[in-house]
This record gives sequence, structure tokens and C-alpha cells, in this order.
Amino acid sequence: MNLKISALEFVQEVQNGNISAEDFVAKTLERIQSIDDKLHAFLSINEDAVNQAQEIDRKVKSGDKVGVCFGMPISIKDNMCIKNSKTTCGSKMLENFVAPYDATVIRKLKQQDAIFVGKVNLDEFAMGLTTEFSAFGPSKNPWETDHVPGGSSGGSAVSVSAFECVASLGSDTGGSVRNPASFCSVVGFKPTYGLISRYGLVSYANSIEQIGPLTRTVKDTAFMLNIISGLDSNDNTTVDNKDENYLSGIDSGIEGKKIGIIKEMLGDGVDPAVLSATKDAISKLENLGATCEEISLDMVKYSVAAYYTITATEAGSNLARYDNLRYGYDFSVEGYEFNSYITKARQNFGPEVKRRMIIGGFVPSTGHAGKYFLKALKIKSKLTREINDAFKKFDLLIAPTVPILPFKIGEKIDDPIALFLVDINTVTANLTGKPAISVPFAVSNGLPIGIQLLADSMQDKLLLRAAHALENTVKLPEVPI
Amino acid sequence: MTKIGLEIHCQLTNLESKLFCSCKANYREFQINENICPVCMGLPGSLPRLNQEAVKKGTMIAMALNCTTPDKIAFFRKNYFYPDLPKNFQITQLNIYGDTSIGGAGSIMVGDKKIRITRIQLEEDPGRLIYEGSSTKNQITLVDYNRAGTPLVEIVTEPDFENPKQVREFLNILSDLLENLAVADPSLEGAMRADANVSIEGGNKVEIKNIGSFHDLEKAVHFEITRQNSLHSRDITITQETRHWDDKRKITISSRSKEEELDYRYFLEGDIPWVKIDSEIQEKLKSKMPESISSKKERYISKYNIPSQVADVLSSDKFYSDLFDESHTENNAKEIANIITTDLMGLVDTREKLEKSKITATHLRDLADSIQSGKISRNSAKNALYEIVKTGNDLSQVISELDLGNVSDESELTGIIREIISEESQAVEQAKSNPQTINYLVGKVMQKTKGKADPKLTLDLLKKQIG
Repeated sequence: MNLKISALEFVQEVQNGNISAEDFVAKTLERIQSIDDKLHAFLSINEDAVNQAQEIDRKVKSGDKVGVCFGMPISIKDNMCIKNSKTTCGSKMLENFVAPYDATVIRKLKQQDAIFVGKVNLDEFAMGLTTEFSAFGPSKNPWETDHVPGGSSGGSAVSVSAFECVASLGSDTGGSVRNPASFCSVVGFKPTYGLISRYGLVSYANSIEQIGPLTRTVKDTAFMLNIISGLDSNDNTTVDNKDENYLSGIDSGIEGKKIGIIKEMLGDGVDPAVLSATKDAISKLENLGATCEEISLDMVKYSVAAYYTITATEAGSNLARYDNLRYGYDFSVEGYEFNSYITKARQNFGPEVKRRMIIGGFVPSTGHAGKYFLKALKIKSKLTREINDAFKKFDLLIAPTVPILPFKIGEKIDDPIALFLVDINTVTANLTGKPAISVPFAVSNGLPIGIQLLADSMQDKLLLRAAHALENTVKLPEVPI
Repeated sequence: MTKIGLEIHCQLTNLESKLFCSCKANYREFQINENICPVCMGLPGSLPRLNQEAVKKGTMIAMALNCTTPDKIAFFRKNYFYPDLPKNFQITQLNIYGDTSIGGAGSIMVGDKKIRITRIQLEEDPGRLIYEGSSTKNQITLVDYNRAGTPLVEIVTEPDFENPKQVREFLNILSDLLENLAVADPSLEGAMRADANVSIEGGNKVEIKNIGSFHDLEKAVHFEITRQNSLHSRDITITQETRHWDDKRKITISSRSKEEELDYRYFLEGDIPWVKIDSEIQEKLKSKMPESISSKKERYISKYNIPSQVADVLSSDKFYSDLFDESHTENNAKEIANIITTDLMGLVDTREKLEKSKITATHLRDLADSIQSGKISRNSAKNALYEIVKTGNDLSQVISELDLGNVSDESELTGIIREIISEESQAVEQAKSNPQTINYLVGKVMQKTKGKADPKLTLDLLKKQIG
């Protein structure tokens, strides 16, 4: 049984009766069993997965209607709710929280007969970019297991990269899908804000974050997007994509497209290997008939500061509900009044969450909002204006997904500022609501490099088309695990 | 000069569902923590889903209070920790970053006094705290989240009231207005709550929070003015502070909590996009709004010549004015207005009775027509009304069952009159010389027929018989 196939190949094989969903899912679980001790992608396993796959095989054999996923085993970042299963958000605060409802993306995937093999690791409440801030310990990069896999959707990227599932869903607030996708050499996509319902995704910075797929190929991402995108009455911020088919025309290339190279994302501090991979990507795109030209987005230099100010403000509010009264971990109220109880209970948050919540209590407060929060909002709208202007001239923008290569676990954990700056190339898409994708492009000394493409709002289809063209220009080595 | 300003919280009790989920807005009939879902419990991952009907009703209230209505509204988060607040923030509205609240400045007349409205905002009600255990040491607080997320409008006034009487009159007008708009039932427990700002000449502003009903609001304001006046007369400074209304002891008590120092860190609620309410939508809403109380009153007076006082009473009560509008015709309007205001309102004078009452517009129309055509006397009509309210039976059935119909059969009445003439010979002689005294004989006929004789016919026949 070959587990190293794409989602679309899997669907084809089960549909044609060449493989059974049960075998594939069982082998996937065996692989998780045998290698996840080393990788720590998974926080929980769906014990019922094989039974669910059996049911799909039965449907295939008897000719019953089967959903388009045909029992495809996927992993879900542990900040999305699956009914009756734990949703920990990588936090001690929600260690025992069992979701009583399905997120919209989960409901849609269930309808299409996807199978959730398990919930995967993340930085606590998705705050971080290495998974080192998970309360349950970091995940390891399958390319080099003493290196970080990126984050916050690190478990998603690891599980796809190491063939522990066929595809995964992560969430991207400032690069949390694209960053680990780049570090683990998989495709990671953040759609236009509102394209995928966030209902059931535990909020961190709700005004800019999106759920996004992590897959082995760009076509797989388009396939996933077809299933999970679209208007949702449970999320007022969703947009109508008129049931767009993101797979159709994905092979039609990028001839004649204009691509802007974002100058500020290739400045000081970019690793030489990353820089040369980016240059290589640009020349390959030009060979495909695109024209590339440098463009300056001046506000990018303030984007990380604005990003942390806005996300901390929203996080401070979004995480206020974790007072441990209605759900949470085991901690008796006996002997406490309200304020002392929640103060004590909230000490179970990890250091990064605490740091951001303290910032989030300060930057929007009376007397300080003008200096910090409102200024950050100004940068956000200026940056949006700049990028909108850029898209009048260009169809797409390009930059490396992360300016540096994957680094060792523990190397930067005590230097929050250094960690913040790793986000410089990814936060722009979130602050402006634009779609962006990381495509695996190179491996330097055994460490993956991803290239990022951005498109204008609701141009997700064009973006996937270009990403698919870029992906086809390289043949990358297989993950050494 | 005494200055009083109000912040009134009105639940939109007539809405089907809560402000951000499909749980019932009418939480009152549920067992504790039964009317809840992931959204109103603020469970991880849940998102608010704006009730568009609440936006419409809120806009109607703003229009009825002559407020400006912006063409785009936004929601904000008010962040603070409290056990009745499932998310530890409240989704509400705000005007500090431009006019984004559902209603802007407006005003309403209370007698000759103009009361200015500062703004109206749409927001969610928190849950309900239930305190158990008597001593403060062993007290436990239980939370019922059934109410959490119930749609509220907060109506903020300028400090334009000068005395508790104006406050009461304003509240009466506001209650009638909300009822007339069919957005709320102000009589439901907890449906109307308020905070009040009170200051007297030379004193600081004192805020009274947590007043649970309109009835107590007037009392609280009255208490506070008296308290402040008595301090002032003894040259004691009135400190600026927040006080709570103790509805058991009916006094205000200084709050020890530093609520006024809280920083709510307001910011835009990103989960609810701006809501467009452009002029086209506003016009549509306006056309759907029920006729205002003052316009109804005007119409009753000018069209039907109904006395001003009767029109006033009739127009300000939605139930009765609806009944009137449904039942009256050009000819019987005045009669129906009379039946409603003099008889029916006395008969059905509590909410309970109103809910049990079986009267319909058809009943009223039949009654008025029967009075006017002489089929039934006013006196009998009253008895019939009593029976109709109780049973809901047709008027004709009630008349025949209770034998209330006028005796208008000529031969039957002639027989009765003959009897009276023979019994009252002296009075008959008197009537012959002085026609004024014939009324005495009419009265006798009425007595004998238990008030059912058709008065006009009786008089005609008497005159004929006496000659």
C-alpha cells in the first residue's frame, strides 16, 4: 500500500476500486503509530476511523452515493471543533474541552465522506510559529527532527509532509498555514478573508484569520477549497463565491500575467539560500510567459508591529471567555470569589498567550489606544490601499514565504522579537484580507524553502492556477522519514 | 435646578429569537439553562449571527423617537469580566468613532416639555445571576444563561427631566410607544430596566444603577432627590458616585465597587460586518411602521368627532385602539369609542383579564349597531358585553339567552301600556294637561319590561293612547 499519494489520486484509486478506504486508513493509522513518537504531530487520534472507512467501502461496493472524499484521511488542527471530541487549542485551559458541535468546515467535510484521523498540534491558541508554545510539547520537522516544523499549524504541516494523512486543515492568522507549509515542504493556502467559514474555529484574531488547507499538491488544495468554501449563515463575514470550481482551468498556465516582486520582503536578513530560490522561482515564472517587476510596499516595514498590536487586542478579548467557569480544566471554585478564581484559573495559560494578553490589555486601553491600537489600524488601512494599488498594475505578487530556513527547536524561543520578525512576509496577506499561498520550491542542505504568491481579493482561482504552474517547474526530493 | 437623565434598557420581547443566535428571545418559560446554544454560551469557536429583525425593530424605535438614523451601523465589544457575561465581553454599539449606533440624537414631547434623546443602541442582555445562601459568607452565585443574548435597545436621554413626575410621564409615553410599535411588552418582568443620573443645584452627578422596573425608577429618582436635598441643606457635599437601587428596601446604596474606573477597551466587533440601512430600506421600514399614537388621536378627533379625552385614552392603548380600528364604521365610531372607554376598559382592567377576554371586533360592531337601531338598550348592552367578554358568544345568542332584546313589538307593548294606563289614572290625567310628565309613565313601562322597552316606540304609543 502506497501512502505517498495525493488526495486526488487517493479519491481516484478508491473510486476505481484499486484500493480500499479501510486499508488506506488502517495503514495511515499504523504509520502514525510507528513514527509520531518522533514527530509529535498528533494530539488525539480518532479511534473510530477504520470503522468509518469500512462504511465507505461498503457504500462504494453497493453503489450507494459516496461523498467526493471517499474516506480520505485528513488531520485537523486542534483549534477547530469536531462534535464530541476534544478541542484543546494546545492549551491547558481547554485540556478537557469536548466540543458539542461541528465547525462548518467539519460539517462540510463529513458530508463529503472525509475521515478525520486525528487532531494535530499547534502553538497554544495558534499564537506562535514553531509549535514550541504548545502546552503539550513541540512537533518536530520531519526533514530534520531537531528543527521546528513552523507554526502555528505545525502539526498539520508535519502530518501531511510525513504521510500521516492525505491533507490537513490549519488556520492562518499571520502566516500560520503558510509558514509551516514552507518549513515542511507542503502546499499551504490562506484564502481571501471570508471565503471559508470560521464557525467552529476557535478565535485568536478574528478580523484577519482564515482556515486554510495544507496539502501535497496545489490541485489538492483546490479540491479541498471546492468542498469547504462559500457562504455560511453561521458566519456573517463569509462571502459568496457562487460555488466556484477551483479545479477547473487550473492547468491553463500564467502566460501574459504580470507579477510584482515585493521589495520589502527581500531586504536585509533574508537567508542567501532563500534569496537564490526566490530568484530561481522568478526566472522560472518568466520562462512560463509571465513578466516580473519589482514593486515597493512601503507599509510592509510597519506591518509586523501593526499585526501584533491588532492581534493582541483581539486575542485579549477573544480569550477572555476562558475563565474556567463553563468549561475548561478541573479546578474547583470552592473558597474563591469570582475575580480571584479567574485570576488563579487563567494562570494555566502558557507564556506566549500571557504575553499577548497583557499587551492586548494595554494597547487598546484609554489613554494608550491612540498611540498603539488606532495607529495599528491606520497602518492596516494604508497597507491595504498600497496593495490594492499594486493589484491595479499586477495580477500577482511574489516573495519568499519565510525569509529564513527552519531553525533548531529552542534556538529562538527566548527571543520573542526575533520570532516576531519571521512573520514579516506573511502578515501582509492577513492584514489586507488577500489570498496567499506557499508552494514548496527548494530544499537547501536538507531544509525546505517555500515560495509565496499573493493575489487580489477573490482572485483565489488565479492564485491557485499560478501556484500550480510554479509547482510544476520543480521536482523536489522526498521527505527523509 | 434638579437634572435627571435616564438610560433605559428595553428588551425586544416580541422578537422570535435572540440577537445573535436562534434561541428564543422569550426565555421566561424555560427551565434554568435550557434556552442556550454554543453561540449565546460563547463556546470556543462560536460566532455571532446578527438577527436582522432586531435591526429593523431598533430602527423603528429610533424613528418613533425622532432620532437620526445612520445609513450604516456597526457593533463594538465592551470588554469586562463578569460571571453573567458568557464571553466576558458584551456586543453593543457606540458613537465615539462616528455615528454608528442604530439611533442618533432625537427628542420626544412629554406634555409641554421636550426630552432630548442622546442615542439608541442595540445590544445583548447578559445572563441572570441568582444569589443563594443568606449570610454574605456562605453566599453562592448561580448563573442562568437563558437570558444571555436577548435583544435589548438602550435608550439614553439628555438630563432634561426636572422631577420624578416628568420621568413617570415619559415612561408611560415610552411604554405605550413600544407597545404600539409591537416591539416589546413592557409589562413583562425584567423587560424594562434603567439607570438614572440625578443631580441637584450645586451638587455632583450621582448615577443609580440596576433599577429593575419603571415603577421603581420613579421611586428611585424620588428617593435620590430627597437624599441629595437633605445632604445639601446640611451643607454636606454630594459626592460624585455610583449607587445601586435596593428594590427590597426601596433605597439607593453607595456601590463599593469601582465600576466607574473600568476601562472597557471598546473596539469594533469584527465578526459582524457593518449593516447597511440606506434611505431605501429606511423608507420601507417607515411605511411598515404602525400609525403613531399622536396621529391616531388626531384622526379620532378630526374624523369622528370623538372627544379629546376619550381619543387620548383610546389611542394610547394598542389593544383597544386596534380593536376600535378593526370594528368601527363611519356611523358607529363614536358609539364604539364610548363602549370601549366607558364599559370595556372597566370590565377588562388587568392584563390577566385581557388575555382571557373573548371579545372581538365583530362583537363591538354588532353591539354598537344594535344600540343605534334600538334593538337593545344601552343598559342591556352593558350586560351583554359582560357576557361576551366571558363567553365569546355571538351578540344575538347572548340577547336571546339572557332575554336582553328590546320589546319593540307594537302589540305587545300596547298591551303593557294599557295596563299602566289603568294602574296610573292620576298620572295619565296629569300627562294630558302637562305633556312633560309623560316621562313618568315611560319610566313605569321601562320598569315593567326591565328596561327592555324601545324608548322611542313607548313614547309614541303612550301619546297615541292618552290622546
